[in-house]
Amino acid sequence: MISKRTAVWLVGLWLPFGGAMAADAPPGASSCSGCHPLSQSVDTPVARLIGRNPADIVTAMQAFRSGQRSGTIMDRIAKGFTDDETKAIADWYGAQK
Amino acid sequence: MTGSMNRRDVLKTAAAGTAVSLLPMPALAQNSGARVVVVGGGFSGATCARMLKRLDPRISVTLVEANQTFTACPFSNEVVAGLRDIKEQQFDYKKVADDKITMAFEPATAVDPQSRMVTLGSGARLPYDRLVLAPGVDLRWDSVPGYTEAAAERMPHAWKAGEQTLLLRRQLEAMPDGGLVIITAPANPYRCPPGPYERASLIAYYLKTKKPKSKLIILDAKDAFSKQRLFQNAWKELYPDIIEWVSLSSGGKVSAVDAATMTVETDFTKHKPAVANIVPPQKAGRIAELAGVADRTGWCPIDPVTFESTLQPNIHVVGDACIAGAMPKSGFAANAQAKVCAAALARLVGGQKPDDPRLINTCYSVIAPGYGITVAAVYRPTNGQLVEVQGSAGTSAVDAPKAMREQEAKLADGWFKTITGEMFG
Repeated sequence: MISKRTAVWLVGLWLPFGGAMAADAPPGASSCSGCHPLSQSVDTPVARLIGRNPADIVTAMQAFRSGQRSGTIMDRIAKGFTDDETKAIADWYGAQK
Repeated sequence: MTGSMNRRDVLKTAAAGTAVSLLPMPALAQNSGARVVVVGGGFSGATCARMLKRLDPRISVTLVEANQTFTACPFSNEVVAGLRDIKEQQFDYKKVADDKITMAFEPATAVDPQSRMVTLGSGARLPYDRLVLAPGVDLRWDSVPGYTEAAAERMPHAWKAGEQTLLLRRQLEAMPDGGLVIITAPANPYRCPPGPYERASLIAYYLKTKKPKSKLIILDAKDAFSKQRLFQNAWKELYPDIIEWVSLSSGGKVSAVDAATMTVETDFTKHKPAVANIVPPQKAGRIAELAGVADRTGWCPIDPVTFESTLQPNIHVVGDACIAGAMPKSGFAANAQAKVCAAALARLVGGQKPDDPRLINTCYSVIAPGYGITVAAVYRPTNGQLVEVQGSAGTSAVDAPKAMREQEAKLADGWFKTITGEMFG
């Protein structure tokens, strides 16, 4: 079954700004883009998440949350999202071009 | 988009001084989508306008902003300390207009919530289906006796970036070595809670490197402040003979200022600083009060899912002006709120129910070049308020190694580039 969310993504990808944000972003995702840009052209040392394998994002978030991986702010942010919320955000970022 | 071009021409004409009492309805009728007017082109307003247009290009979006150039507050403390050029803080709205957002470069002077109409400085009137107010803060000139707009020319607030930022910088540069600098910090809530302490840090850095016999006193109307332990540890380490913090209970509250004699008074003592930086109490920008969305506190209560005013329907308030529960008045928070508001608006005008949102705030402070600290949290609506998600809130580690402080300073820089790119790039 093609979900409503997938359908919205497909429409979003046609838009000229790369489709970022055009899709219905899952809760929390729009805040992430304050640091993790939705544009390839921004020069920042912050990890790029667009187009990343969602599983890698989820693994990183779990490691930040458990304290296995030390971060600057992600140790705190990661604790603010459940596994399901994290996965939805990771899937959304992975689908951005 | 001939409709929006017509509308833009109308606005241009209006700005040129021709009396326009009402936008012609035929021009509006050509826009099949809803009409959203956003007032204020800063971290929340510019973000909201762009995000809304991206989410639904059919929505007609007008951004009302008095200035053609935006000067960002985050990092303006580095301008004060001579570490950064103010040009790096400044942005224009060309790319915003390229998104087919109609720019109206004039102030909004009135809002009629009943007829859903915004009046602009030229007399032009903009009808809306939904209005977003993102007016930032106004300074409460009445609150520190003696601190008037005229006094601010001698004793800058520099709490709205621009000429005031440069004035404070020039005063520090002109000050002889051995001079006293005073910064006053207001009671909560106000724009950028750690701002006065970041500013004290960076001015202390300037004094330490250029005028080492000088002193800096922070007169505070509070007994506690954001990232306090991190700031105070850093001051002990970097600026032990320069910064003195006077808390409320130690007599830090300013009772009066006199710009003519350069006097800053508390209940206990009179200071005669060479440079006085008065950060006065604040309230939501004036248009919020005119629209009837500010309450007795001077700030704007909102629904945390949609950011719609709880006082006036169809008016949303984002950024520093709104009462966002546990979220501080920061640029990051304003940007995050704007995107949640835009997503809710896109749903609402399409007759859909908005999602229950999650919001993040991350707030960087720079204490010296290569020395950054943060506070961060995730927020969710609970019982009509935005509250911190348990476990998500906190500052950088108190005992973090030097490499971590360096990394946080670098990430602060990256954040500024990313967020201003989202607004203006």
